[in-house]
Amino acid sequence: MTAQLPVRPAEPPETNAAGSRSGHSGVKPPLRVLAPLRETGKLFALGIAVSRAIFRRPFQMREFIEQFWFIASVTILPAALVSIPFGAVIALQVGSLTQQLGAQSFTGGASVLAVIQQASPLIVALLISGAGGSAICADLASRKIREELDAMEVMGVSPIQRLVVPRVLATMFVALLLNGLVSVVGTLGGYFFNVIMQGGTPGAYLSSFSSLAQLPDLYISEVKALIFGFLAGIVAAYRGLNPRGGPKGVGDAVNQSVVITFMMLFFVNMVLTAIYLQIVPAKGS
Amino acid sequence: MGIEVVVEGLTKSFGRQNIWQDVTLTLPAGEVSVMLGPSGTGKTVFLKSLIGLLKPERGRVLINGVDMVNGRERDINETRKLFGLMFQDGALFGSMTLFDNIAFPLREHTKKKESEIRRIVMERMDVVGLLGAEAKLPGEISGGMRKRAGLARALVLDPQIILCDEPDSGLDPVRTAYLSQTLIDLNAQIDATMLIVTHNLDIAATVPDNMGMLYCRNLVTFGPREVLLTSREPAVAQFLAGRREGPIAMSEEKDAATLAAEQLNGSAAYLDEPRAIQPQLEPSPGLPERQAVMRRRERVLGMMSQLPEAARTAIMKSYAAPAGGGVQS
Repeated sequence: MTAQLPVRPAEPPETNAAGSRSGHSGVKPPLRVLAPLRETGKLFALGIAVSRAIFRRPFQMREFIEQFWFIASVTILPAALVSIPFGAVIALQVGSLTQQLGAQSFTGGASVLAVIQQASPLIVALLISGAGGSAICADLASRKIREELDAMEVMGVSPIQRLVVPRVLATMFVALLLNGLVSVVGTLGGYFFNVIMQGGTPGAYLSSFSSLAQLPDLYISEVKALIFGFLAGIVAAYRGLNPRGGPKGVGDAVNQSVVITFMMLFFVNMVLTAIYLQIVPAKGS
Repeated sequence: MGIEVVVEGLTKSFGRQNIWQDVTLTLPAGEVSVMLGPSGTGKTVFLKSLIGLLKPERGRVLINGVDMVNGRERDINETRKLFGLMFQDGALFGSMTLFDNIAFPLREHTKKKESEIRRIVMERMDVVGLLGAEAKLPGEISGGMRKRAGLARALVLDPQIILCDEPDSGLDPVRTAYLSQTLIDLNAQIDATMLIVTHNLDIAATVPDNMGMLYCRNLVTFGPREVLLTSREPAVAQFLAGRREGPIAMSEEKDAATLAAEQLNGSAAYLDEPRAIQPQLEPSPGLPERQAVMRRRERVLGMMSQLPEAARTAIMKSYAAPAGGGVQS
């Protein structure tokens, strides 16, 4: 029933160097060069796992609402405050450029397009990942190093379904709604600066809206915000679930999650913009 | 009755470092087993491998026919609900009160009413002596209390297999003795299979039915407690005596020259002396007999012929004593 009886002497210890090098296991040590690929693959795997877990019952409503509220509360004010000067800068820049070209009447449309299509989703994404994502990452990472996530898994509760899914959904929906807010505030800021500071005519500003901008511009803006929110949530969760070594690892994980998200966002933004410009014809063309 | 845990040829490495290899043993259903081992021999890793948190490269862990190493994720998750694992430092959720921590498995896995949950949680908190602390956060209580709360949480779903990771670390000797008694009482009440990983000699001497020891990347032995307690294996004898003289050194093994010197000056002579075996703990008065005792007696008598002489004598002696004889210190 039980093993190895009578007492079997311990195997003669191999010399340390040989013992540790041969490793006994027959498994090849992973190649260091491929480490970035492995990380990327794991990130994708987590993305897929989360997407599938979203549809699995039971849905963690309480956790979702708490996270939603938390992320919204830390991002609304900064987003509004950032979007006013951002809209103003674009209005001023575009305004002076169109003045040189003699096309002041299009200032409104141009600055609105820039704000809604590009600036707004990016501002939202930066704030979501900087304020919300870093908090999510730190929270998950400190739970991981305290073995809380292991404990959860041992109890047969999947941390992905219980913790990650509500957080990712929260970042997505907050990004979606925040994008609307930033668009409105940014456009108002641009209007204010163009009309009051640069002496533009309100009528021309507004009428160029409808001559240059169209509804799909708003759609792509919201789609971008949704995707950026998903990416920010997934990256934060991935780094949070895999911190390396102790409390310092938590700090590193947060740092990396923000940097990785930023880089990914700008790249994905470029791809999405290119696709959008290809498939949706510009108005009037 | 608890569930048998069968471990076959388990081998685990981290990168190039081999932790242990070819570990084969069976935790008999409903019995209490202890895994001993010097610090850093991968006892905790072994525990986490049993429950599927870590994946060994080779070998199987079979529970109810489910392989916890390479089985399907869904089966593994289902099987985990049979387990209660007590982590070394409790691993409580820092943002929840003790009550919510202990209620967590019930709320996740059962549809019980809140009043029912309250009753069960209070009952378990009473078992581990934590009544009155239910509104505290894990950060506000001592390490010993966190441990006991972790035990209460592990017990709340009436597990069939209970794993305890160093239940004694951070506890004073008196509390350790109480905890030992609690574990035995638990076994008498719910007849769960239990594995305790520790390097505490008092627990090792008084609690288990079966004992094993991990040393030097191998399972030195696993079998009825008497086998290990009477073993003349130098590493086992040294460990049980808690002395410096012997093959175990501060970092790992001693070199041959130091060992030879110890042989010469006679400081290692204690290794050959026979050791007295303390009797096993009995359940507290008023509790039912441990059903595992009868099953173990049959099992051990059946394998008598394979056991070493010293262990056989010790077993005969313990079974010759009147059953349920006396309450031990």
